[in-house]
Order: sequence, then structure tokens, then C-alpha cells
Amino acid sequence: MVWSRMKDISDKSHIRSRWCITLRITPLLKPSSEPHDRGNMAFTFAAFCYMLALLLTAALIFFAIWHIIAFDELKTDYKNPIDQCNTLNPLVLPEYLIHFFFCVMFFCAAEWLTLCLNLPLFAYHVWRYMSRPVMSSPGLYDPTTIMNADILAYCQKEGWCKLAFYLLSFFYYLYGMIYVLVSS
Amino acid sequence: MTRLKWPGPSQNLQQLPALSYGMAPHQNYSPLQAKAPLGPGLYPQNSPYHPPSSLPHTPPLSASPVPQMPSAQSTPPPVAGGGYYNSPLQTPAMGPAWHYNTSAPVTPPHAHAATNHMAPPRSMAPSTSSPAPGPGLPPSSAHGYSQTGVAPHTYHQPVRPPYGAPPSAAAASGPRPAMGPPPPIGQPPPMGQPPPMGQPPPMGQPPPMGQPPPMGQPPPMGQPPPMGQPPPMGQPPPMGQPPPMGQPPPMRHPPPMVHPPPTGHSPSGAPPPMRPTPPPSGPPMGNATPPTPKADGIMSGNGPQAPNSYNHVESQPGAPPPPGPPGRHLGHYPSLPPGYQSSPSGHTTQPYPLKQQPYQQPGPAQLSPSLAALSLQSGTPEALRVVNLLQERNLLPAGPITPPTPCLPQDLQRVNCNPEVFRATLTSIPQNQSLLNKAKLPLGLLLHPFKDLSQLPVVTSSTIVRCRSCRTYINPFVSFLDQRRWKCNLCYRVNEVPEEFMYNPVSRAYGEPHKRPEVQNATIEFIAPSEYMLRPPQPAVYLFVLDVSHNALETGYLHVFCQSLLDNLSSLPGDSRTKVGFITFDSTIHFYNLQEGLSQPQMLIVSDIEDIFLPTPDSLLVNLSESKELVQDLLKSLPTMFEKSMETQSALGSALQAAFKLLSPTGGRMSVFQTQLPNLGAGALQSREDPNQRAAAKDVQHLSPATDFYKKLALDCSGQQVAVDLFLLSAQYCDLASLGCISRYSAGSVYYYPSYHQQHSPAQVERFQKDLKRYLTRKIGFEAVMRIRCTKGLSIHTFHGNFFVRSTDLLSLPNVNPDAGFAVQMSIDENLDDLQVVSFQAALLYTSSKGERRIRVHTLCLPVVNSLADIFAGADVQAITGLLACMAVDRSVTASLSDARDALTNAAVDSLSCYRQSVLTIQQPGLLSPCCLRLFPLYVLALHKQKAFRVGTSTRLDDRVFAMCQLKYQPLVYAMLMIHPALYRLDDLTDQGALNVNDRTIPQPPVLQLSVEKFSRDGAFLMDAGTVMYLWIGRNCSPAFLSQVLGVTSYAAVPENMYLLPEPETVRSNAARPLRREPDEDSLSAEHDRGQDRLRPLPLSLKLRPLLSVKLRPFPLSLKPRPLLSVKLRPLFLSVKLRPLFLSVKLRPLFLSMKLRPLLLSMKLRPLFLSMKLRPSCF
Repeated sequence: MVWSRMKDISDKSHIRSRWCITLRITPLLKPSSEPHDRGNMAFTFAAFCYMLALLLTAALIFFAIWHIIAFDELKTDYKNPIDQCNTLNPLVLPEYLIHFFFCVMFFCAAEWLTLCLNLPLFAYHVWRYMSRPVMSSPGLYDPTTIMNADILAYCQKEGWCKLAFYLLSFFYYLYGMIYVLVSS
Repeated sequence: MTRLKWPGPSQNLQQLPALSYGMAPHQNYSPLQAKAPLGPGLYPQNSPYHPPSSLPHTPPLSASPVPQMPSAQSTPPPVAGGGYYNSPLQTPAMGPAWHYNTSAPVTPPHAHAATNHMAPPRSMAPSTSSPAPGPGLPPSSAHGYSQTGVAPHTYHQPVRPPYGAPPSAAAASGPRPAMGPPPPIGQPPPMGQPPPMGQPPPMGQPPPMGQPPPMGQPPPMGQPPPMGQPPPMGQPPPMGQPPPMGQPPPMRHPPPMVHPPPTGHSPSGAPPPMRPTPPPSGPPMGNATPPTPKADGIMSGNGPQAPNSYNHVESQPGAPPPPGPPGRHLGHYPSLPPGYQSSPSGHTTQPYPLKQQPYQQPGPAQLSPSLAALSLQSGTPEALRVVNLLQERNLLPAGPITPPTPCLPQDLQRVNCNPEVFRATLTSIPQNQSLLNKAKLPLGLLLHPFKDLSQLPVVTSSTIVRCRSCRTYINPFVSFLDQRRWKCNLCYRVNEVPEEFMYNPVSRAYGEPHKRPEVQNATIEFIAPSEYMLRPPQPAVYLFVLDVSHNALETGYLHVFCQSLLDNLSSLPGDSRTKVGFITFDSTIHFYNLQEGLSQPQMLIVSDIEDIFLPTPDSLLVNLSESKELVQDLLKSLPTMFEKSMETQSALGSALQAAFKLLSPTGGRMSVFQTQLPNLGAGALQSREDPNQRAAAKDVQHLSPATDFYKKLALDCSGQQVAVDLFLLSAQYCDLASLGCISRYSAGSVYYYPSYHQQHSPAQVERFQKDLKRYLTRKIGFEAVMRIRCTKGLSIHTFHGNFFVRSTDLLSLPNVNPDAGFAVQMSIDENLDDLQVVSFQAALLYTSSKGERRIRVHTLCLPVVNSLADIFAGADVQAITGLLACMAVDRSVTASLSDARDALTNAAVDSLSCYRQSVLTIQQPGLLSPCCLRLFPLYVLALHKQKAFRVGTSTRLDDRVFAMCQLKYQPLVYAMLMIHPALYRLDDLTDQGALNVNDRTIPQPPVLQLSVEKFSRDGAFLMDAGTVMYLWIGRNCSPAFLSQVLGVTSYAAVPENMYLLPEPETVRSNAARPLRREPDEDSLSAEHDRGQDRLRPLPLSLKLRPLLSVKLRPFPLSLKPRPLLSVKLRPLFLSVKLRPLFLSVKLRPLFLSMKLRPLLLSMKLRPLFLSMKLRPSCF
């Protein structure tokens, strides 16, 4: 009796563990499930986008922190503006490209809401880069003007705003990812 | 004293007398006091320096031992007398010592000196140095530090007058002391020059006496006088009356005895408003005054109060405040009002009397309201007197416009920095940013840190006393808590006084740190010890980079350049280590090997401009003294060497790279001469100017650089302590906007000679020669940095000028020269509620051409106020205009020209409307402005017509960009002349109010309004526009003038191309000649500034139009007066066509007519200033 009972339980646990495994795997490998009406590919792709965006946003958060620290150093005289610009400028385009990249991903994944949330920032990036000072190398920051109090304050503010935005979007992507997974 | 080691004395003997500071007290006196002949002009208007001078004159001085005495007078004498000067013996000596200018003290000091000399061996050194240095030094130091060197011995009493205080003034000063107590007396000195006209004297005596009465009758004062006067002055009929206008000056003179009533009351008229002031202004200061320890401390630093605290400390440690109260208060309170009054009094004395009369004219009806307002607002200081711009026709004071005096306690103001060196747009700092925003006036500083000074105390000391936390240099505005501790006035940290600082080298007394030169002078120079060097001081290195393309040779500049350099080779600033080098370029780069030992210079050509290298790196820059002959050979052969060159291309970028490589190991100065658009290799540019768009009313394009090549190169240069000076001599578009970056970020300077050609533009050639001479021989500082510190709570917003900003308050200046000015925008970060004064300190660390590391420190102290009225009262209209011009230049580059123009307009509109709404208690019709800002709209309008900002007239892009550079880079004095030229009438010069300089009498004609109404056909007028002077000769000009000054018999005979005045030996021309150079005191100083040889006004070609009116075509005149009248022009001037123009409305707007009025008054425009876009704050 007891034995059979035990077996019962173990059976059940077995089932549960199996279920667990399936849950883990589904998003990536198991397109099937209920919502057959949506394209299977798109649905998994969206989740994939969210995951990717999650990782990349983490990277962007580091960029933003780096940016803030750099300007703080400038403001407190720790660094020479030429050096500082030389370290900051190479990071500008990668940041913009990363952001552009997952905007495109979201577009492909037809995640319109997420895309809309990101478009303003994307537009800002485009505008920002278009209006950069005359420079022969990529980048935004010109050592001769960067010490101007207005520009310095603007850049700092920009850094904080971006940090906030990336942090929020990080959690949003996390939510979005889970949501997509769950709703699938 | 013996126990202290004073390093300096003997070692420094060689140096300028000024150096002797550290060495011997007595000696110092003479050097310090010494004034070179130059002196007078150089520091004419120093308020800081001036005071001492006036003081010495005062008889009481001798009685009062201490230099500070002046303050003592104003403040309760008893206090000063108290404990301060225990040892009378020392004091006398000291007193004189500090009064550089003092003539009177001189004698006593000498006597002292004699005795003193006995004492230490040290004294010997100084003594010898003083006499010897004089003669010996000048030559040696000619360029480098001529100022200091010269100053010492030459000092004579007679010289003084030039200082600006005419003899009469000096005489007047005598009486003043007697008057002593009254605050007004004390003030004049600080004011400096304004009154020099001689007013003070008449004023001086009666006013003090007279003031009280006026006080009583403020209202009557205001009106009656005008009534009485109107008749004489009253007929401003513009044209006809110039003479009457001119008279005012005479009025001021001593003779005015006749006029006592007018003068008396005019001054008195002013005072009444003043009186009331103290109360309003008082509060801010006053409030804090009572017990605040800070305040006391600050005050005590200099003043007589200091002693109090000392004594107290000594007698009853720890109880400085208690004993002092009565005395201190006395010192404080009384001193305040005077300070406040000072500014107004200064103003009033001069311009006002004049002003008012015309003002009266409008008629009783109109007068009444304004008068009512006046009387009601009697509480306002003179600076706030309401001026209705729509009614007052003659806004310009006849003399130079003097900066307002900060209303500081007298003892602080007396030591405050000279406004020519360090000046603030608002001499009263608002308490917080919101108050500043409300006032709508820009807050900033204008500096001329490396200005040639006639007397500059130099201190040699092994330790330079600085605040330990903010690194501020000790200055006159710190407070000594006790003998051993001082409190920084910027960060309020309490610091120890180092042992060495306890010894006062001047009095050779121990224990008087507050009397050290560092604490007595707002401008001082230190010889820096080795901690201030990152590397051994660099030698003077000069590299000349010359364009030798076909185009360049066409212009013929090479001849002029080589000749000038040959002439001045021996006077290049430097020492035995001085190095020179030459590079020429067209489509290839040519180097010159001048190594000692060669029989003749070797030319090395590098044609690989893509990858430039130095053929023989170590022999291209050679020691000047060793290779002098080779250099001379080269200079002689250079002009002919390339004569047959047909190369038209210019590889400027590569040449610059090569030059940079050559200079980078040492740093130095690179002088680049360029005549065309660089079109080959790195940094090649394309023409961006569309000639058809020159006059386009819409926005001007291409004000910003086309490439960042030059900027990057400039930054590299800056890092290696290389400065690039650019001489652009070109007929075509050269893209100065791009090329200029090379100088802008490397702290160089830009010279531009449009359409330079040896034959075709003789005026330009002469100007080039003069500029070159000045350029080659002027003082220079290498590997410099300048840091500007300010009291906690204030911060620097933006810098303007040529430099690279290395951190928030640090400018990197590979080279610094005496013609460089800087502007700084400030912002207020924290509330300054608990402060009475704030300080700004600019410290310039540089290597002199003699290889010394030096630090020049300027400290400016300003009061903090909490009301809009006080802010307006302290507004310095010229400084504001200068700063606005800089901001507008930035704006037109980052946004657009029209935006900048709008912003300028709005700056004027906003501030005046703010004044009207917030300060004026009584609303009345008209365009009202406080007296101190009455010129603001005029200046803004003038800015609109300045080449940099004008639209609608054909302006070449390079001209415009150059004007913009100049506005940002020139010191304020010159910038103001560019913006608003000074106009003088030449044919009726009189000796009234004339200055005496070096036995020459320089007449001081009144400055005329730039209006056609001031012109008449029977006169001759001179317009001084900074770098250009125009002489305009009327057709009916008196033949006497023509023959005596111009050397022609009739108007028709005036030659067409006359760039110089002939020099017939006639009385008249002699009278006019000095004038050409020194039209007024102001430019006189400018003249000296820039060195004897550089005539500021330079010949310009006819093409250059006068600034303000398109239709008036004055004739260009070169410095050396050669006015020219071209035949072409003559008809223009006389034709009927022109006449209507003169009278037309077009010109009038300048003076507030139609155009401006609607702006200010109409409802339509109001919304404008509410919109964000246009707010000046957006600047």
C-alpha cells in the first residue's frame, strides 16, 4: 500500500518535473501550443528580441554609467577634456547602433508598443548625431566646447536621463519577455 | 627681522626694481613709486593705484604714518590711531612705500631710506639697484618687462599729471584732505580718472561744504539749476552749438569760479540723490555689518580695524569682537555710505552737469513728471537717476566713460583691482540666481590680465602664501583672524600664516603680515619657485611660417616682413637661449638650416606633404645669438629668393604640421603668414562664400569651421605649449572661420589685412608694419595657464577669448600677450545671502621671455546686494556690452546671426523693461532708463551695425568673422571703440582740459555723438574706430586748418590718397598731432598699452566704411595722420543726393528715434520678450 502510494507521489512529481522542463524549453523550441492563429515564428522571435534587448540594455546601462562618471570627472577637474573626449567619443556610435539594432528587432517582431517607446530615443539619437560639431572622427564631444557650463550640464543631464530610461526599459523588457512567454 | 631669510634681495638685484619688494623696504619705495614716463598713460585710470597717489598728496598723510590712512580718514581716525601703529618710526617709512604714486611721501621715505640703508647689508643691494636698475634695466628689459623696469627711477612728480589727475586735480587733492572726513572726498580718488577733468577741485571744496545744504533741498536743487542754466547750455542746436557743448569742460576747470552756482549745484544736485542712497544700499551691507564676524574680519584685513583685532587678540586673546564694537562700527558704517556715494559722485561730477542742461530743454511741461519722479525717488543714487531716452539728446559724456565704482567700504575699494585689468559687468553682485535672472543683465567678468602695467609690485619669496583648500593666493581681501591665522575670502578656510610671511620686507618689521605687499595690492606678481614648474622654464622660441606662393609674392608682404624682423631682431623678447626658425611653403615645404658654422643658410625642401618629416630636426631652430648673421642673411635674401616662383598652391596644413613637429619639444610661438586659401594636402579648404549672398538679409552661413583639422592641430599645439599667430593677408576669401581655429584654441592672435598689396593699399602696408613691430617686440609669456577662482557660490559659466579650456576654471594659454583680453560669464549657484562681498581672483602663471616662472595675480572684490535697484545702480554698461558682444558671437555661430541680433535687442529691451517694472516706482511715459544704462540701447544698436552682426550691407565673410574674433579677443577698451567709435571735432581744439604728457599738450576734445547733427561742413572730424581712424573734412573747413594741419591750401587741394598727415611745424598741427594718437585719455592709455610704437589707429583703405552710418563716408586716415580725401568721395559728400540722407530718419534711429521706440514701447513687442526664444538668458 504504502509503496503504491509512494509510487503515486513519485509519479506525480515526475510529471511535475517534466512539465517544468517543457516550460523552460517551450519558448525557444516549441512553437506549437495554443495560439496557432499567430505566426509561430513571430511569437518566439518576439521573446527572443526581448531577451536580447535585455542583455543589450544591460550593456547600455553600463555605457550610461560610464558616461555619467566621465562627465563628473570633467566637472571636478580630474580629467583633461581632450583625454575624456577621446575615451567618450568611440563609445557614442556603438551605443547608438545597439539601440538602433534592437529597435529594428522590435520592428521585425512587430512589437509596436515597445517600438513606440523606443522611437523617441532613436529620433533623439539621430538628431543628436546630425547636429554634432564638425568632426573628422566619429563621436559627439568636442573638447573645445565641452567645458562650457551649459554643454557640460546638458551632457550630464543626458546621461542621467538615459540611465533612467535604460533602467526602466530593462525592467520593461523583462516584463515583456515574461509576458510573451507566458501568453504564448 | 634678521631671523627671517629673504632670499630675494641680492639675487634679484639684476631684476627690475619692482622685484626689490622682497628685498629692501626703503629701496622699494623708490622703485615702486617710480614712474616711467610711460607710466602715466599706462595706468591712467586705476582706481586702486590712484588712491594712493592722491593720498600722498594730502598733507595729512605725512602726519598719518600708515599708507592706509586714507581709510583712516574716512573711518574714524581714532580707531586707526589706536593700537594699530605702535611704532611711529616704522610707519612713516611704510606709508610711503606703498604709495607707489605718492610724490609727497617720497621725500620722507628717502630720509628714512637713508637711515635704513645703514641697517642691513641688504639695504645696500636695493639702494644700488634702484639707481642702477633704472638706467641699466630698461634697455635690457625693454620688451620683456619694460613697464616695471622703467617705472622705478623715472618717477618724478611732474610725471604724475599724465596719470590723469591734472595738476589742478592734484592741487585740489590738497584741500581735500583737509576736508578729510567727508566721504565724498575719499571717493574721488578711487574713482580715478573720471573727475580728473579738474572737476574735483572745484567740486572738492565746495561740495563737502556745500553738500549738506543741497541735501536739505533736494527738490529745489534739481530744478532751479536747470532753470538757470538752460539759457547757456540750453541751445543745443546741434550743429551750431558745438562750442557751447564744448564749454562744459572749461566749466569744470578751476576758473569756473564764475560758475560756482552751476557747478555747485550740479554736483550738489547729484549728491542729494546720493544721500538717500546709503539707506537703500546700506541695508544689504549694513545688515550684515553689525556683528557678523566675517564682515569684521574682512574689513579688518586692510583697514584700521585690523589693528583692533590684533590688539585685542594680544591683550585679551579670543575677544576680538567685544572691544572693537564702537570703533568698528564707526569704521563700518561711515565707510559704507561713502563707498556708495563714491560711485555716484564720480559719475555726477562729470557727465551730469552737462547732461542735465540739455535735458531741461524739452520744456517745463515734460519736465515736470520726470522731475517729480526725480524728487520722489530722491532716494536713488545718481546711477539710477531716471533718464528718458526719448527726450535726452546728448547721452554721451564728453569725456571717457568711466566704469562704476563698486560700493565697497573705502578701504577695500582703495585696494581693489584696476577696472582696466579686471572688471565686472555688475559691480554689485545679486544675491541669487533668480534675482540675477530678474534683472536680465548678464553677469560676467572682463579681464585684461597681461596688460602692460606701469607699476607692478613683484614679490620674490620662497613660499607663496595660498589657501590650503582652494589654493587662492593671499590677497587684500582676506581677513586676518589674528596674527597667525588668516581666513580665505573665497572658501572661508582658516589658514596659518607661515613664519616667513610674518616678516614685512617693506617695513622690515616682524609680525605685520597684513602689511605685506601681497595683502596691500590687488594686482601683484610673484616669482614662482620651482614647485610651479613642470619642466625647466622654456626658452623663448619663435618660428616663422611664411607663405611664398606666387600669390604671396604678388602682395609683397615678404619684403615688409623681412625688413621688420631685421629691424627688430635684437629686440625680440628673450634671453641668451632665444631660438628662431623659419619655414616657407607653397606646394612644398622649405626648411632652413641655420646651424652655426655654416657659411650661408641652407634650404631643405620637403615635397612629401602627405607625410611630413623634419629633414634635420636639430638645426632648424637655432639659437638667435649664435646664428644671428645667418638669420640676417636669410632675411635679406628671402624676399628675392622666390621671385620667379609660379607655384600657386598652398599647403598650409602640412606646413603647420611641420612647424608643430619642430616646436613641440620646446613649445613657443609660431607666426603664420598666409595669403590665400590653403588648397593642398591636409587641411585643404574650399571656398564657401557666395559673393552674391554677402548682402543677403537672411542668415549668414559658414560662420563655423568647415573642418576640424585646424582645431585638432591647435589642440595638439596647446598641449605642447605652442601658440599659433595667424597673419592673413589676402584679397580673396580665405575661410578665416576655419583657419582662425588654429589661433583660437592655441591662444594665438589673428591679424587680418584684407586686400593687402604693396602698391595698391599703402594704408594696409603701413598698418602691417606697425602691427608687426608691436607684435615682435611686445612682451610675451610662455607656457601659461590662467585660473579664475571665485567665492564659493559663484561659478564660471563660459569663457570667451582665445585659449583652450582645460578644466572648469583653468585656461591653457601656450602664449599670453599684453593685447589679449578675456571675458567670463558667471552664474550664481548658491545663495549668497550671508555674504557681504564676493571676490574673484585671476592667477596667470607664465614663463617670462627671460626664463622666469612668474605668477600674476589679480583680485577683484565686489559687494553683494539684494535688491534690483542696487543691481541696476552697479551696472557697468560698457562691460555689459562687451560681454553681450561675446555672447552674441557665440550665438551667431551656434544658432544663427539673426538669432544673435534678436537676442541683443532683447537684452536691451528686457533689462530696460525690468527696470521700468521693478525698480521705477513711478510710471511715466517715455523710454526710461537708469542713468548708468542710458547708453545701453545705443551700444546695442551700434552692435547691430557692427561688421560682425550687420546684415543687409555687403560684408565679406572673412571681414565678418574677423570682426567676431576681435570682439571676443580684444580687451574691452578696444572692443568698445570697435563697437562705438569716438568722434572728435578737430578744427577747434583748445587747451582746455588738455593733458600734459612728456611736455606735450594733448587737447581733450569732447566726444561727440555719432550723429549727423554733429557734423558741419566747416569742421574737420576725427573718428577713432579702434584699428582705423577716419578724418572727415568738411568742404568749408577753415583754410587755416587745412594749411596748418594738412599742409594744403584749400579743400580742393587735399590729395586723393592721403594716409598720413604731413608735419608742417605749426602750432596748430602740433596741437592736432598728438591728438591723432591720443585722442583722449582713454586711447592715450591704450596707446601706451600697446607700446609706444604701435599707433592704434591704423590706416585703412577707402573700402572700409565707417561703422555706424553707411552714408557718411569719412576718409580713412592712418595713424600718422594722413587724411585723405579722394576726389571720388568728395562729390558724394557734397552732392545733394547725400544730404537728404544725412537728415533722414535712417540715421536717427541710432539715437533712439522711431526704430527703437516702438521696440520698447509697443505692445506688439512685449510678447517677444516673454517668449523663451528671445530671452537673453537663452544666450
